Amino acid sequence: MRHLVKESATDGMGEAARVPFWHDPAKRGMIYQIVALAVVLLAGYWVFSNTQTNLRKQSIATGFSFIEREAGFEIGEHLIDYSAANTYARALWVGVLNTLKVALIGNLLTIVLGILVGVARLSSNWLVSRLAAGYIEVLQNIPVLLQLFFWYAIFHEVLPYPRESLAIAGSIFLNNRGLYLPVPVPHPIHAFMGIALLVGLAAGFAMRRWAVRRQELTGQSFPVWSASAALVLGLPLLAWVAGGAPTDLEIPRLQGFNFQGGVNVSPEFGALLLGLVLYTSAFVAEIVRAGIQAISRGQTEAAMSLGLKPKLVLTLIILPQALRVIIPPLTSQLLNLTKNSSLAIAIGYPDFVAVANTTINQTGQAIEGVALIMVVYLVFSLLTSGFMNWYNKKMALVER
Amino acid sequence: MKLLKRLALVVVVCLLVAPALARGGETLDAVKARGHLLVGVNGALFGFGMPDEKGVWRGLDVDTARAVAAAVFADPEKVKFVTLTTQTRFTALQSKEIDLLCRNATRTLTRETDLGLNFVSANYYDGQGFLIPKKLGVKSAKELNGASVCVLPGTTTEQNAADFFRSTKMTMKPVVIEQNTELNQAFFGGRCDVLTSDASQLAGIRAVAPQPDDYVILPEIISKEPLCPVVRHGDDQWRDIVDFCVLAMVAAEDLGVNSKNVDEMLKSADPNIQRFLGVTPGNGKALGLDEKWAYNIVKMVGNYGEVFERNVGEKTKLGIKRGLNAQWKDGGLMYAPPFK
Repeated sequence: MRHLVKESATDGMGEAARVPFWHDPAKRGMIYQIVALAVVLLAGYWVFSNTQTNLRKQSIATGFSFIEREAGFEIGEHLIDYSAANTYARALWVGVLNTLKVALIGNLLTIVLGILVGVARLSSNWLVSRLAAGYIEVLQNIPVLLQLFFWYAIFHEVLPYPRESLAIAGSIFLNNRGLYLPVPVPHPIHAFMGIALLVGLAAGFAMRRWAVRRQELTGQSFPVWSASAALVLGLPLLAWVAGGAPTDLEIPRLQGFNFQGGVNVSPEFGALLLGLVLYTSAFVAEIVRAGIQAISRGQTEAAMSLGLKPKLVLTLIILPQALRVIIPPLTSQLLNLTKNSSLAIAIGYPDFVAVANTTINQTGQAIEGVALIMVVYLVFSLLTSGFMNWYNKKMALVER
Repeated sequence: MKLLKRLALVVVVCLLVAPALARGGETLDAVKARGHLLVGVNGALFGFGMPDEKGVWRGLDVDTARAVAAAVFADPEKVKFVTLTTQTRFTALQSKEIDLLCRNATRTLTRETDLGLNFVSANYYDGQGFLIPKKLGVKSAKELNGASVCVLPGTTTEQNAADFFRSTKMTMKPVVIEQNTELNQAFFGGRCDVLTSDASQLAGIRAVAPQPDDYVILPEIISKEPLCPVVRHGDDQWRDIVDFCVLAMVAAEDLGVNSKNVDEMLKSADPNIQRFLGVTPGNGKALGLDEKWAYNIVKMVGNYGEVFERNVGEKTKLGIKRGLNAQWKDGGLMYAPPFK
């Protein structure tokens, strides 16, 4: 209560003394906010200290020192080197990367598929638009967990055992342990191909800026997209040919129980990605359709009467305007996909939640584990929405 | 301003009162005042803790809980079962949602210390094994190099499997699925070469296989899993009660007392039996229970042999032999200290 007393004391000395502070809405508002903040902080402190006291009283271990201990469990798939002898910290990091992998690939595929289905939904072709409508209605209305179970069951019920794998061209194998693909044997030229790719990207970007400037000055257009595609694909290809065009492939071979070598797309990852992408893209398709329909018919007609080709009408007139309607709800769908990826535990994909759960079970430190899960998903969500907000601002109406 | 004062008052009261509330009373008093026990159980593990088709709870862990209720209330039905997952079981006990955890939990050093829990005498000695389709032609767990392994998460199983493969210099690929049913489906569908879990659970999983005879349990047992009821640190009297309720069932079998002959045994001349059944008083008072506590356990629930055979024994679907869980006289580990 002290600050209230102080406040009234200073009021008494100033010019505004005629109005008591409790009749001044601005000051009253400030006081309410301070009090509200204090109550929230106090409540937070109380929860924290109460938890600490009770944990200590029951001699339950607290703190994050456990993450330095040896994890002692294996993880089915990992993007970085990992074995049971590594620490919990590394195990959790493997989980974070696995979640990122499925979220990143899933979000990209969802956007592409969503736009395709959304545009197909508006097609004047009866069959195409009906098919798209059926896709949306069916996938939108089945819970995503059921879809995951369905796809996962398909993988291990329909596909054959490793010894009876389906082979494609003698080097790609499909069985109930997933899809096995050959990879090029490491070669020094691969590094140069990477550099060539970066150079191609940079050149494409510079060319785009130059083309925009030229068009503004002279009105002449330049085929930026096909030219930069040629640069991005052509430069690494050139580097490859210059390096003697090495074609050695590491082909997966059946050894003991499973295939060894090559890369493996596991059924868990496949089912999770498929389930999440199909489910979320149905929502994205509806958002895309709504965005396009939000643009008045007059815009299309005006563009066509200027003599623009239908493709240019879509890319120059409709999409830039539709994107402003599409981006905000799209962001929340992308966030949904990222968060839904935690359903992975139901079908055995070792995402962050799965790894954190095992950690909680082995160490018993549930509070710390759940706090970590919350922080990681919060960071994912904030990064995604931060990026989408930046993109949204870039796409917003620019007044000249 | 009145509102503000009230708010401040509430905050202060919360701060002062909360630690006092957290301290609580003795567990036995709380249980008696409530009128029933709250016991955490598995809920989906045949033979250990699962309701039958009529909704009656059955299992070795369930009967252990009933034994405690019989000792405390002279009524084995004064128990409320709380279904817990591997994730929630210890937290529920720590936060006093339950008085006792009987959920096939393995006793380990860090669980006992870091989690602030006390594991009492084991009511089942288990060990981790491997279940594998016969057609793979594998005869020993030593031949499992490179195998995909289906694992039930959350127990000591994941770590045991990793330890086994590390110590034998083999590699494995774990497939960890949260729910038993989904995991079993993946295994029967051929997603994994082998499934690993406690041997008692493997017997149960094999029993529900489409063709049980197509699967074998490999001979190797790769871990020690003493499954024990669990209580919180800090209430030694309650710990002793639960511990001796488990041991009373073992002692009864050792002494030759069972639910059918317990009334005749009251007239036994053997001083050990007289002390055990409370004919010679002392044990009950020492524990803070009625002198008839052990009599009630045997009469209402049975001795360890009866409970074992009823729930997991050779006449049940699981068909598990006594093995490690036989009396010490018969080469097992079940050994109760003197009841005096």
